[in-house]
Amino acid sequence: MLDARGLVRRRLGLRLWLSGGWLLLLLFAALLAPWIAPHNPLEQDLFTSRLPPFWMPGAEPGYWLGTDSLGRDVLSRIMHGARIALIVAFIAGTATMLIGATLGLIAGYYRGWADIVISRLIDIWMAFPPVLFAILLIAVMGPGLTSVIVAIIVIDWTRFARVVRAEAMTQGAMDYVASARVAGQRRLGTMLTEILPNVLPTIGVLLTLEMGIAVIVEAILSFVNLSISTDAPTWGGMIAEGRLAIHQAWWVLVFPLITLFLTVLSFSQLGEGLKDRYDPVLR
Amino acid sequence: MADLYTVSDLRLGLPDMTRKPLFGAAPRIGILHGLSFSVPKGEVLGIVGGSGSGKSTLGRVLVRLLEPTGGRVLFDGQDISHLPEDRLRPLRRRFQMIFQDPMSSLNPRRRIGGIIAAPLQLHGFDRISARVDEALDHVGLPRAFRHRFPHELSGGQRQRVGIARAIAMRPDFILADEIVSGLDVSSQAQVLALLAELVRDLGLTLAFISHDLSVVRRLCTSTMVLHQGRIVEHRPTDALFAAPEADYTRELLDAIPLPDPDQRWDLAAG
Repeated sequence: MLDARGLVRRRLGLRLWLSGGWLLLLLFAALLAPWIAPHNPLEQDLFTSRLPPFWMPGAEPGYWLGTDSLGRDVLSRIMHGARIALIVAFIAGTATMLIGATLGLIAGYYRGWADIVISRLIDIWMAFPPVLFAILLIAVMGPGLTSVIVAIIVIDWTRFARVVRAEAMTQGAMDYVASARVAGQRRLGTMLTEILPNVLPTIGVLLTLEMGIAVIVEAILSFVNLSISTDAPTWGGMIAEGRLAIHQAWWVLVFPLITLFLTVLSFSQLGEGLKDRYDPVLR
Repeated sequence: MADLYTVSDLRLGLPDMTRKPLFGAAPRIGILHGLSFSVPKGEVLGIVGGSGSGKSTLGRVLVRLLEPTGGRVLFDGQDISHLPEDRLRPLRRRFQMIFQDPMSSLNPRRRIGGIIAAPLQLHGFDRISARVDEALDHVGLPRAFRHRFPHELSGGQRQRVGIARAIAMRPDFILADEIVSGLDVSSQAQVLALLAELVRDLGLTLAFISHDLSVVRRLCTSTMVLHQGRIVEHRPTDALFAAPEADYTRELLDAIPLPDPDQRWDLAAG
């Protein structure tokens, strides 16, 4: 019998193209920043301060997106800032997912005491204002990349735990779980081979959302000067500096902001696009 | 013939969470009130009763998805009523279950081949791929279906997969819980014919839960009527349909729609 499903070509949606394209471009820029960035992101030169972007009168060649008040190249700083943003997105996002999804899966599938303990913990956790919690954590641990990542994990695991728990509960009530039990499968095995694959698409979408959120949180923390050392190029730090000179040099604020916006949007759209494409049930 | 199941004074209550006090255990609602019966090997037992009569609960106790609160369930001479899951596991191969809703009983993310093979792998069978093919042959599905996902199949085909999964283990006993109530009439007839054929060919003992008496009448050798957690009547099917003893059974039989409403049941059957 001919199985024709493999013959159907599925077009890569526009959403997946645009979001994936932007993130690939960013990844490329971040990886190669030391070699392809036009200038040293830390190099100050007061003779070239507040140069406008390339299409405006008074622009200098080589400074595509202009310079800030200290004469540092905006484009080079955005590219180097992407390194920090993406490191935070990948490491914090993945670790948050691992911790949150594991706890959510256990609470939702095993129920009983595990569920009571984990659910109460989530309730208590979510009663803290997240940004203040992060600032408090970093004040205790001292600023630095590790602190930012730890703060994001500690705050955001509840996002995964809550959603995954609800999803695992729904799946746990399905007959195929009872069927696995009738077949003699252990609880742990059932959780990993029956429940987890059904929760995985949700986890994937949440992961990409979380990466976007991690980028935002890092920007917020560097905006209030709590991320990594102040002269390191971060998007949040650039926005903070640009805010001071908004009337003289709007480009210092606007370009990092656009980059941040596109990145967060791309992360969330990537999740949705991947789900549409690879979910066998939606196909 | 030896008895496969011997059930004596089976009782089951489930906690009523709506009336649970703040501290302490919730009061229990009695569902099964002391059932005693036995299922001889090779019998096709029909379990009928109205909604809420406890027929599905009884079935789930027989395959030990639920633990009884009182009484005993002997499976092939062994008391399984309170056996812990670890000691139950080797026995699980011998009693299988087919579920009511074939969409929810098949994991949507696994292919048909994987769904049928998973229990076989758990119990350490050899020649798994050949056994999957054999099971698909038995239920009349093309072997190529092993590469499909459940949502790519029709309702009747999905229910056949459910049957294939149960029979692939070569169990002694199969519980079929309302397995045709979600299917259209022509698929129902096909699945029932298939089930009757498998019972004959594989020497299965079957418990068939249904609220549809005409189906039970066609398939089952003996019939048990449940009403509010008690056995109202348990006799060979022919005798029960010919001369119902209990009032409740008569009520159920009267509720069967007949092609000619003026005709009486015994005439229609004759």
